[in-house]
Amino acid sequence: MEHGLILAGMLFCIGLAGVIVRRNIIFTLLSIEIMLNASGLAFVVAGSRWGQADGQIIFIFILAMAAAEVSVGLALLLQLYHKFKTLDSDTASRMRG
Amino acid sequence: MLELLCMIPFLPFAGFVILTLIGRRITDRLAALIGAGSVAISAIITFVVGYNFLVLPPAGHPYTQVLWTWMRIGSFTPCISFYLDPLSLIMILVVTFVGFLIHLYSVEFMKGEEGYSRFFAYMNLFVGSMLTLVLADNLVLLYLGWEGVGLCSYLLIGFWYKDPANGRAAIKAFVVTRVGDAAMAVGLFLLFTNLGTLNIQELMGLASQKWPIGSGIAAAAAVLLLGGAAGKSAQLPLQTWLPDAMAGPTPVSALIHAATMVTAGVYLIARTHVLFTLAPAVQTTVAITGAATLLLASISAITQRDIKRVLAYSTISQIGYMFLALGVGAWSAAIFHFMTHAFFKALLFLGAGAVIIGLDREHDMYKMGGLRKQLPVAFWTFLIGSASLSALPLVTAGFYSKDLILWQVWASDRGSILLCAGGVAGAFLTSVYTFRMLFLTFAGNATSQVTRKPGPLMKIPLITLAVLSLIAGLIDIPATLGNLPTLSEFLHSALPPVPMSHANPLIEGKLQFITSLLALVGIMFAYRIFLHSPQHTGRAEEIKRSPIATAIHCFLFQGWNFDLLYDKFIVQPFVRLARFNRGDFIDFIYTGIALFIRSFNRVLSFTQSGKVRWYAAGLAVGAVILIGIAEFL
Repeated sequence: MEHGLILAGMLFCIGLAGVIVRRNIIFTLLSIEIMLNASGLAFVVAGSRWGQADGQIIFIFILAMAAAEVSVGLALLLQLYHKFKTLDSDTASRMRG
Repeated sequence: MLELLCMIPFLPFAGFVILTLIGRRITDRLAALIGAGSVAISAIITFVVGYNFLVLPPAGHPYTQVLWTWMRIGSFTPCISFYLDPLSLIMILVVTFVGFLIHLYSVEFMKGEEGYSRFFAYMNLFVGSMLTLVLADNLVLLYLGWEGVGLCSYLLIGFWYKDPANGRAAIKAFVVTRVGDAAMAVGLFLLFTNLGTLNIQELMGLASQKWPIGSGIAAAAAVLLLGGAAGKSAQLPLQTWLPDAMAGPTPVSALIHAATMVTAGVYLIARTHVLFTLAPAVQTTVAITGAATLLLASISAITQRDIKRVLAYSTISQIGYMFLALGVGAWSAAIFHFMTHAFFKALLFLGAGAVIIGLDREHDMYKMGGLRKQLPVAFWTFLIGSASLSALPLVTAGFYSKDLILWQVWASDRGSILLCAGGVAGAFLTSVYTFRMLFLTFAGNATSQVTRKPGPLMKIPLITLAVLSLIAGLIDIPATLGNLPTLSEFLHSALPPVPMSHANPLIEGKLQFITSLLALVGIMFAYRIFLHSPQHTGRAEEIKRSPIATAIHCFLFQGWNFDLLYDKFIVQPFVRLARFNRGDFIDFIYTGIALFIRSFNRVLSFTQSGKVRWYAAGLAVGAVILIGIAEFL
């Protein structure tokens, strides 16, 4: 069980690092997926530890949410490319405070 | 008919409102009609009310007219109500009658001036406020009138506002009297917190029941009221504003700064005389203030060049006599002198106005001279006014009132020989400066040509006031000359008689003789020095040129350098403090808060880079911190 959580934690950190470091917006989306799956893994591991189905149910929810998120994210990506002719997320910084 | 009492102050106020609203659109003629007419009707009503008051039995019984409750705050319910007793009757008679004559004079005097209707609006407002002041039956309403006359004084001194000097004089008058007004306001608070009412009659009753003679609270209240009175009446140490107030038009000086407003302090002390009786030390202070002021001001008056400034110092000095009388408990003598002073000083100012306007706004007496032939009416009336001011024996009103004061100062238990000697010396100085002014202006060789002669509207007030300056003294004839003290007896229901235990009628006669003699010697003195015998003048010139004499002359000319003193010790330190505190220490706290928030804002807006990756990093760091807190704390 600890191994599962450690794996989930490592995956989450890898995903987070990807979000922070990568400028290409496609990789940002990919990293977010990794983070989502890391948290899903943590739920599943915890569910198996307590012998309950709740962890898997939550994972289904996370999958559904990830699908929705990806569709919105891809739509944004398309718009971004349309507008700036690049996939660099830092170019879209006109709304800074 | 006494119900008409409320119309007396109401009519001038109505005149003010009408002139303010439509003053720009009406002709000068109509404005004069409204301005002078409202005061005229008010004066007629005053005579009617006065007649009814006199015939109403019992004679001298006060009459109160309550119009409405002004405000109701707990137990504090001042009313708009007027109180008529012998004291306020004398006051309103003088205010409306002299006020009307001066309005009449102004109709011609101010002809062709810019702001003609504005002038009459302010004058009407002044008369209304002054009447409110003297008729008020509680101190709050009195204070309203008190501030109203102060405002009008400010507005009218600065009437010719295009010259900044006039504006400065107006501000000076306002600020200096404000010092006294502040003291008076504190006095009112003190009276209210201790006695729970501000109705004057109740207040006086309660004060004499609750406070023993010489009690501390009574003394404090009396001192604070004295502060207010000294400010308004231009007594030491707040007298500096009055000579500068002469920047206003001459009728204003006659009405406000000679006849009525400046005597409001005398009225206030007479009205609250019970408080002063309870505080003998303060009452003595009143007498000493009066004596000192009258001497200082009359010495200054001798050195002035400007005819109106001579009259201003003379006014300060004559009010000093009234304060001297109040200080020894000679309340009715003070009011008597107020009345005669209102007549002859208004007359002198109006006469001076005729001269000034005749010589195209010339104020310097040394540039006048020999106007006797050119302005006969002004000369004769001015002569009568001067005689009355110098208290020439028997024929003038000033003689009777000043003599009553000096005699009662001598005879009163509160009086002393020293105070009386001050008054007698003042009588000598008065006749010196008065006749110096008269000789310089009207006698000698004609040096300038009169361009404008007074018309009938200016002559009527001059002649009326001249007659009054001669005969008004006959309403109170001293014991040595027939003993008919009508006015004093009339006032005794409102003001107690002088406490005299060692009165000696023989001394009264001697005192009258000495004062009269001194007045005549003063005239002779003025004649020798300022008019006659050129070799004398030559020697005087020689003395005058010596540096010490010049310094003394300059010192006296500046009115004993009180202005310099106040400038050095009050105005300049204050200005320095203000400059030092330009940034405002208290403000530092608030600007500090604002600065902190601005810098915090800058830090925060730096984080809003618009870069998604930074936001994600921020989220991550925040999450780590939160988890850390949850885990380890």
